[in-house]
Amino acid sequence: MVIETKRLLTTSKAISEGIAQEMERDPNVFVMGEDIGTYGGIFGATEGLLAKFGPERVMDTPISETAFIGAAVGAAISGMRPIAELMFVDFFGVCMDQIYNHMAKIHYESGGNVKVPVVVTTAIGGGYGDGAQHSQTLYGTFAHLPGMKIVVPSTPYDAKGLMISAIRDDNPVVYMFHKGIMGLGWMTPNPRATGHVPEEPYTIPIGKADVKREGRDLTIVTISLMVHRALDAAEELAKEGIEAEVLDLRSLVPLDREAIVASVQKTHRLLVVDEDYHSFGMSGEVITTVIEGAFDHLDAPPVRLTYPDVPIPYSRPLEQFCLPSSDKIAAAARQLMGR
Amino acid sequence: MPDNKTLRDMHYQLVRIRLFEETIQKVYFEGKTPAFDIAAGTVPGEMHLAAGQEPVAVGVAAHLRPSDAVTATHRPHHIALAHGMDMKRLAAEIFGKETGLGHGKGGHMHLFDPATNFGCSGIIAEGMPTAVGHALAFRKQGKDDIAVSFFGEGAANQGAFHESLNLAAVWQLGVVFVCEDNAWAISVPKDKATAIANNSDRAAAYGIPGVLVPDNDPVAIYEAAGEAVSRARRGGGPSLIEVKTDRLFGHFEGDAQAYRTPEELALLQERDAIRAFERRLIESADLTAKDAQDAWDRARTEVDDAIDFARSSPYPEPSAALQHVFA
Repeated sequence: MVIETKRLLTTSKAISEGIAQEMERDPNVFVMGEDIGTYGGIFGATEGLLAKFGPERVMDTPISETAFIGAAVGAAISGMRPIAELMFVDFFGVCMDQIYNHMAKIHYESGGNVKVPVVVTTAIGGGYGDGAQHSQTLYGTFAHLPGMKIVVPSTPYDAKGLMISAIRDDNPVVYMFHKGIMGLGWMTPNPRATGHVPEEPYTIPIGKADVKREGRDLTIVTISLMVHRALDAAEELAKEGIEAEVLDLRSLVPLDREAIVASVQKTHRLLVVDEDYHSFGMSGEVITTVIEGAFDHLDAPPVRLTYPDVPIPYSRPLEQFCLPSSDKIAAAARQLMGR
Repeated sequence: MPDNKTLRDMHYQLVRIRLFEETIQKVYFEGKTPAFDIAAGTVPGEMHLAAGQEPVAVGVAAHLRPSDAVTATHRPHHIALAHGMDMKRLAAEIFGKETGLGHGKGGHMHLFDPATNFGCSGIIAEGMPTAVGHALAFRKQGKDDIAVSFFGEGAANQGAFHESLNLAAVWQLGVVFVCEDNAWAISVPKDKATAIANNSDRAAAYGIPGVLVPDNDPVAIYEAAGEAVSRARRGGGPSLIEVKTDRLFGHFEGDAQAYRTPEELALLQERDAIRAFERRLIESADLTAKDAQDAWDRARTEVDDAIDFARSSPYPEPSAALQHVFA
């Protein structure tokens, strides 16, 4: 008898494994950032890399984001494939010029002659009381600016495949991992943050959404940790006879508009769940995509459940009031179904 | 040399701040054991405590008035308390309560207090430019108030450090820049991150005085700050002070500190600046042993009262999250 056991990893280990395998394959890949060496990354995305590859390829940096992210841009132009970690996405304010005026624009400005294969990794998301400067998601802000691919995984399996694709991509990629999907021992336990990850390297195409749960009654379009919340809600809804389809976008740039339209053509109802701010962001873009591509298929106006347009409050009851949750998702779905 | 009253006041400040930080540490782990969950317990989120760094705050703040502006970092409690922030409202903010300084909206890294003109930021070095602005406003208003910006040695490699020093120097503003060098930027040691040994030397690049205080001594800090503060107050422009201080706890609570040796951690406890200062005051007869014990007892009561106030205060209404985005 052969017993097949699945290899389980946390998302943080899946990411560091993907990086390690690419570093073994390609000597041009190296990693820079604050506390990514000895510490292994504050969120574990580079754990074990220093011991394996040494300080020449796993470089702890000063607190100088403009300098080291700019250095990643320069090194990429000169033939390397750097990965630079911005510890919290909220810190983008101190280095955004290098990101959006340089990393994102040089390929275009050069008329396609200069490639900038940088991966910027960064932690996103709140829900654990870290206040207004350490809890934002901000993927909508980055996605608004042309020239960068924006990858936002939700599972260990996707995280590894998308990381390998990001490193091999000839374009700048901003790879945004939610702290709540990493499977960290010091965060609130999340069973969905551990999952099957094959040992061998594999890629997942950037720009392809993934149906995480099939359903006929409504489509929940979401991303990152909210995929987990939507799956929890879908399980509750199924007990009431509502079958929700959960579409995980996995990347915002490119946005898989075809997958969004195809799902809504099937279910005729759309709920967008977004941990990013309400206005001018992902939820508006997804709804517009459906209005443009599947308007005649809609049985009800689209609904969005998002973070209100306020800075993230610290106090627990205030933060929980603002955050989408599985209960709020289920309630919004029932409302959309007229229940 | 500070007079006897000042020495005794500084001793009490050091003691109450140390007890506050130790007590917040205990409170922080309520509801987080046996399994640590950063989101759980009485106080969620990251918690950066300043035990060991009290002398820097106390030595500088002894020269300040409440109308002087102070900007601090993600590790702000010692500076806030030394500058006169109400301990109860600070504790309540840390607990996320309605009675907190920001009604629970800010949290421990985002404390704002008009009564003491205090602000802080969770983004490294980003309190420095606002200090320049406070000093600019005071000059435009014809006041002799000054601004003091506290930051860590890790911040001295950020653009905002260099831009702020240059701007304050070129406009000759009354800013005292105080670098708390605790040798560690989370896990990255200063010598792996900073090209020179002493950030105070960087003052030369901006044509302003730079002073190094080589140990964590409240009196030495007091002396260095006194000169810088009076220079700023009389319109003599900015100064940079660097103090070699100690971070007795982790970067944040729950930090296993695998990057530090047990010997280093033991040495830090051994050379605890508050106990050393207290011994010296007793030896010099500035303080009796009984006075010292009385200070610890009095501080215990003050801290316990503040924690009780925070604990018994109500949470804000959840929907209050939507208020205060705009004036």
